[in-house]
Amino acid sequence: MTTTQTREAMNEQFDRRTLDWYIDKLVEIIVFISGISAIIFVVGIFVFVTMEGMGFLFDSFSFSEFFGSEYWEPSDEDAPEYGILALIAGTASVTGLAMLIAIPFSLGTAIYIAEFSTGKTREYLKVLVELLAAIPSVVWGFIGLTIMNPLIIEIFDVPVGLTVLNAGIILGLMAAPIMTSIAEDALKAVPDRYREAAEALGATRWQVIYKTVLPAAKNGLLGAILLGVGRGFGETMAVLMATGHAVNIPGSVFDSVRALTATIAAELGETAVGSEHYQVLFTIGIFLFLITFVINLTADLIVRGIKNQ
Amino acid sequence: MNTATAEQTNENANHYAIQSKKLNLWYGAFQALFDIDLDIKSGIITSLIGPSGCGKSTFLRSINRINERLGYVRIEGGIHVHKQNIYADDVELIQVRKQIGMVFQRPNPLPATIKENILFGHKLHMKDKSYSSADYDDIVESSLRQVLLWDKVKDKLNHKAISLSLEEQQKLCIARLLPVKPNVLLMDEPCSALDPKGTAAVEELIWELRGEYSILMVTHNMAQARRASDECIFMLMGKVVEHQKTDDLFVVPKCKETADYIEGRYG
Repeated sequence: MTTTQTREAMNEQFDRRTLDWYIDKLVEIIVFISGISAIIFVVGIFVFVTMEGMGFLFDSFSFSEFFGSEYWEPSDEDAPEYGILALIAGTASVTGLAMLIAIPFSLGTAIYIAEFSTGKTREYLKVLVELLAAIPSVVWGFIGLTIMNPLIIEIFDVPVGLTVLNAGIILGLMAAPIMTSIAEDALKAVPDRYREAAEALGATRWQVIYKTVLPAAKNGLLGAILLGVGRGFGETMAVLMATGHAVNIPGSVFDSVRALTATIAAELGETAVGSEHYQVLFTIGIFLFLITFVINLTADLIVRGIKNQ
Repeated sequence: MNTATAEQTNENANHYAIQSKKLNLWYGAFQALFDIDLDIKSGIITSLIGPSGCGKSTFLRSINRINERLGYVRIEGGIHVHKQNIYADDVELIQVRKQIGMVFQRPNPLPATIKENILFGHKLHMKDKSYSSADYDDIVESSLRQVLLWDKVKDKLNHKAISLSLEEQQKLCIARLLPVKPNVLLMDEPCSALDPKGTAAVEELIWELRGEYSILMVTHNMAQARRASDECIFMLMGKVVEHQKTDDLFVVPKCKETADYIEGRYG
């Protein structure tokens, strides 16, 4: 009789749900919702952008005109033309120049931080690089507009300083910190026993890096570069301010251009919702979305690749 | 008479591969080695035993100066390798490491192919003349033959070195030291990551290399020291306790600490 009683008492105790149990469940649900919200937002944005651009995409979209024509004349009243070739050329030239600047800079910095610097220097540098990454893009654009512009005019003796060169430098400096961070992670992920092995075989410090560390980290470094490219394609404000915003296929770095992103930012506010111009801008949005999506996905897969090795 | 003694000492010095004199070593403020005086004969296998933290790896790693990559290591006294003071100011680290090959606890092939691993050291050091790809093939073959690995890997020289088994990786790590013709091989518990079969195979290989190279091997495994070395050094708390012929050290140790350690009373 007594044993049954104790057993019942124990069962009762096991059944009792404490406050901790409810808190645990609640937190689990909240975290789950936050987790999947990222997916919901991405899909939601893609659906929204596609819906807005859909009308143009199905009615009057011509692949050859859209991608092949260099005339972006949306406000022509008789026959507006929507060719984004010049805009693609603008974005590509600025991003290309930015990468020429950012790749050597960021890889150099990452190699220095990961392989050479020690103790305090390393800590300070890492904090500084992260600070650089946090500068708002409008500030960079402002620097392009007020400092770089007159500087370029004076140094190169050209009439306009808001050019591919200006935006390329600005964008290069903007992309470098994030590229540095990722490249440094990639170098850090190289196991130390590789360095030790090479050093014990008599390799100098540079030989260790060049022959062992860089080849071992090459996927991560490639990922860093691709993310930089993605950043370049997506950047809007700084590019809008520093390129000169002129629809033009550039012949040299001293030409003004206009970027895809900047076009959307500058024109969307002035178009009637639902108009053809409005829909075209959203079509550009879809295009940009797809490009950055592919670039980021590739970068991600490459970086993941090294971790699984 | 005097000249005769001088010659004799000279001859004695000749058959020492590694001589350390009053070697003291600090990691920051912590002193890890105290007055290490050792004369390690050339052409034989000397094993270095002692409980964890006794400084045996530290001593080994100061012979090719790989310790210094830590940055906070300070050393007093000296080590002579074949009569050359490797801590002299005018000594080039690269040359030291060319003369003294090292095998690590965990096999650490470079992230490259088998062939590239073998040729890595060679390409760093042998720059005085040019080599054809046939020369390279010969070097790869003879190195792999020396470590008894050639027949197993000859058809996959361009495979990644990491695809090999641990035992084969360790043999490869030994093979890649050979093309630059070192005098001394340092081995830091070379079998501790291997299974008994792999251990036996690597021990056999080390025994094969005996004679041509002077080998100093740190080991945790007293049975291994006993069966696979000519002389044995017992270290404790950063000091050398005893250095004898292996057979003698295990049968009639001179010091009580040695006797207690090999009988397993501590460690």
